[in-house]
Amino acid sequence: MDSFLFQAFIYLLAAVVSVPLAKRLGLGSVLGYLFAGIIIGPYVFNFVGMGSEDVLHFAEFGVVMMLFLIGLELRPELLWRLRGPILGLGGLQVGVTTLVIFLIGYLFGFTWKISLAIGLILALSSTAIVLQTLNEKGLMKTEAGQSSFSVLLFQDMAVIPILALLPLLAAPILGFTGHSTEDDHPAGFTIEALPGWQEAIIVALVIATIIIIGRFLVRYVFRFIAETRLREVFTAFALFLVIGIALAMQIIGLSAALGTFLAGVVLADSEYRHELETDIEPFKGLLLGLFFISVGASIDFNLLREEPYLILGLVTALIVIKLVILFILGVVFKMRRSQNYLFAFSLAQGGEFAFVLFSFATQNSVIPIPMADTLILVVALSMSLTPILMILNEKLLQPRFSTLDQRPESDTIDEKNPVIIAGFGRFGQIVGRLLHANNIGTTVLDSKPSQIEMVRRFGYKVFYGDASRLDLLHSAGAEEAKLFVLAVDDKDKALEIAETVRKHFPNLQIVARSFDRRHTHELMNLGVKVIHRETFNSALELGASALKLLGFRSYQAHRAALIFKHHDEKNLVDLHEHWGDEEAFLIETRLKNQDLLELLSSDEEDKEENMDHSWERPGTS
Amino acid sequence: MAANYKNKILVIFAHPALQRSKINIELRQAIKDTDGITFRDLYEIYPDFLIDVIEEQRLLVEHDIVVLQHPFYWYSCPAILKEWIDLVLEYGFAYGHEGTALMGKSLMTAITAGGSEDSYKEDGVHYYHVRDFLRTFERTAALCGMNYLPPFVVHHTSELMNPKDIAVYSDLYKRVIMSLMDLKDIDINTMNKFDYMNDFILDQFESWSV
Repeated sequence: MDSFLFQAFIYLLAAVVSVPLAKRLGLGSVLGYLFAGIIIGPYVFNFVGMGSEDVLHFAEFGVVMMLFLIGLELRPELLWRLRGPILGLGGLQVGVTTLVIFLIGYLFGFTWKISLAIGLILALSSTAIVLQTLNEKGLMKTEAGQSSFSVLLFQDMAVIPILALLPLLAAPILGFTGHSTEDDHPAGFTIEALPGWQEAIIVALVIATIIIIGRFLVRYVFRFIAETRLREVFTAFALFLVIGIALAMQIIGLSAALGTFLAGVVLADSEYRHELETDIEPFKGLLLGLFFISVGASIDFNLLREEPYLILGLVTALIVIKLVILFILGVVFKMRRSQNYLFAFSLAQGGEFAFVLFSFATQNSVIPIPMADTLILVVALSMSLTPILMILNEKLLQPRFSTLDQRPESDTIDEKNPVIIAGFGRFGQIVGRLLHANNIGTTVLDSKPSQIEMVRRFGYKVFYGDASRLDLLHSAGAEEAKLFVLAVDDKDKALEIAETVRKHFPNLQIVARSFDRRHTHELMNLGVKVIHRETFNSALELGASALKLLGFRSYQAHRAALIFKHHDEKNLVDLHEHWGDEEAFLIETRLKNQDLLELLSSDEEDKEENMDHSWERPGTS
Repeated sequence: MAANYKNKILVIFAHPALQRSKINIELRQAIKDTDGITFRDLYEIYPDFLIDVIEEQRLLVEHDIVVLQHPFYWYSCPAILKEWIDLVLEYGFAYGHEGTALMGKSLMTAITAGGSEDSYKEDGVHYYHVRDFLRTFERTAALCGMNYLPPFVVHHTSELMNPKDIAVYSDLYKRVIMSLMDLKDIDINTMNKFDYMNDFILDQFESWSV
């Protein structure tokens, strides 16, 4: 226990110190984590010792969570639209890179089996590093970001056949033996013992189950849990879901990342999407950080010292080969030049799958252990160099392109709306319908599960969540939104939300529903400029209808209501300067009331003069 | 007079504060419930100025003569009538290449003005004749291919406040409307010999009585 706490302490300390520093220096969080790993690793301070391999395995779960979150942002129809780049670009990247590395290996005198295994493994890139870095730089929505994502997705799928293929490349004649193969699957049961067709059926069944559960069942569980209003249970269920799917995937021999990605896509349409995102995000962040740290810690500096030229040569070769192939593919796929550079520089490294696959390959006696160790080091170094390469691209190459070439692509992964509506009950719905009718996109947040379900049936996109939570506001896109409609039906909650929004998104304009005059003053105090009392206007309209039924001309009634409204609202604003000084406020209120009383009790002729000036000299037309 | 044919008349009425009016309320009363007349009280129907263009255009198509009745504010009409003109007399409906919906129909203005007839002369306070000020409406009608009839004008409303005078004008206005209804072929040239519709009608009645 002590050593666990100590390890956790070291990891967290390293992250807390190095990541903000790296960000401040403009290097991005990934580099910060990697450096932290190197520093606490066995070759500098040796805080974490050689145990970091296990940590690495554990931390890979961060990648699984990241893909779940990416899936959440990617609705099925968007994924379908990406099928071209995924299969075409992704397929070609893996195919061509494998082929080229295979040929080079073969020319250097390795057997074709070893060359092919190395080719396959090195063709993969690092999902974790690339996506984290692109996300951080806000480049996911660009053409290059989308293409990179497509290629990475294809690679994730390609891991499965590669895992199947590697044992076939075994070369037992050479006489070296790997470790025993027993424990690559954490679950005790695997289906690999079954004949191929049964295996295929089980795989199909599991995937179908995930889709069906995600599509039809999970929302009821979410709703049930949401109604208990226990946040931690919601978080627990979200984690349970992700871990459960990962386990199921491992049992059937698929990549856990791919499985949770699929689950994410299935849930992308769910009203609980933002809440899920918010709950999983911190876990993903920490685990991914841990993952990067352990990659840094696993870099074998002894090996590097022994054969510096060989290893640096291999790293350079790997990066250059992948870069050139990616760049040529970019040209073939008619990417814009600036995007093509970004694309090529992003994906020119080995991936975390290489760690798993190399050890799997040694276990299956495909690749000798010393060679695998060397290559693992090469991959780790190439991963660590990626953020630096991307910075070089950004600072040296990108400035050469005109801004015209760099205009952002339209949204594909993520829909962010200009308006966020908090509270979608009787009030918010009217606002939402008006905006919808005028083609304004809205992201709607509501915290009543039953309400959401009902409104969703009418085709609105409503998400579950408490809008006073900063993280939820972030995932609802409060940074980019233009307007925030505060329409919740809880006075104190409204104030809380207004305060959060004002504090963290000072440029986001708020239009607020208030309850009464007092509440209006409280909102004004928080700096909210546009406030409408929820019953005021409808009461005035009812009043106007009453005047009309009592014989007023309808235009006269309409204007009477407008004039009254004007007086009352001015009154409210005038009184605000005395708000907070209870005594002065009361005196002023009394004075204003007296004014109003005088206005109302003056005789017919005067009243009309006061309330509404004529269009003409009295009694001329 | 042709008894079996009647012109359908659409009265577009605009007065923002009819509750304070003395003469317009009577003029309105004199004609509004007559058979064959559709009376549209714009400020009453559209207190928020949101004019139903489709409905207004449908009514225009259904009628033969359009009367714009309003007080003469600042040598023109009250705001809502301008809004009505701007919105309802749309391109492609009332004017433009395919805007032929109003062609051949007639337009008359019926106004009440505070100043006397003499004040609307070169040596009066208003300097120009009422018909000079009404040029806008005249040309609007022309652009829509409508016949522009001489206006019905009640002058000197600021002084004319005894019920007897008001009754005379109400009666005259009613006669104008009824005569327009019965008029088979509108002879613009004859009518336009008169500055005001008032005079044309009085002349007609005199000639009949002879």
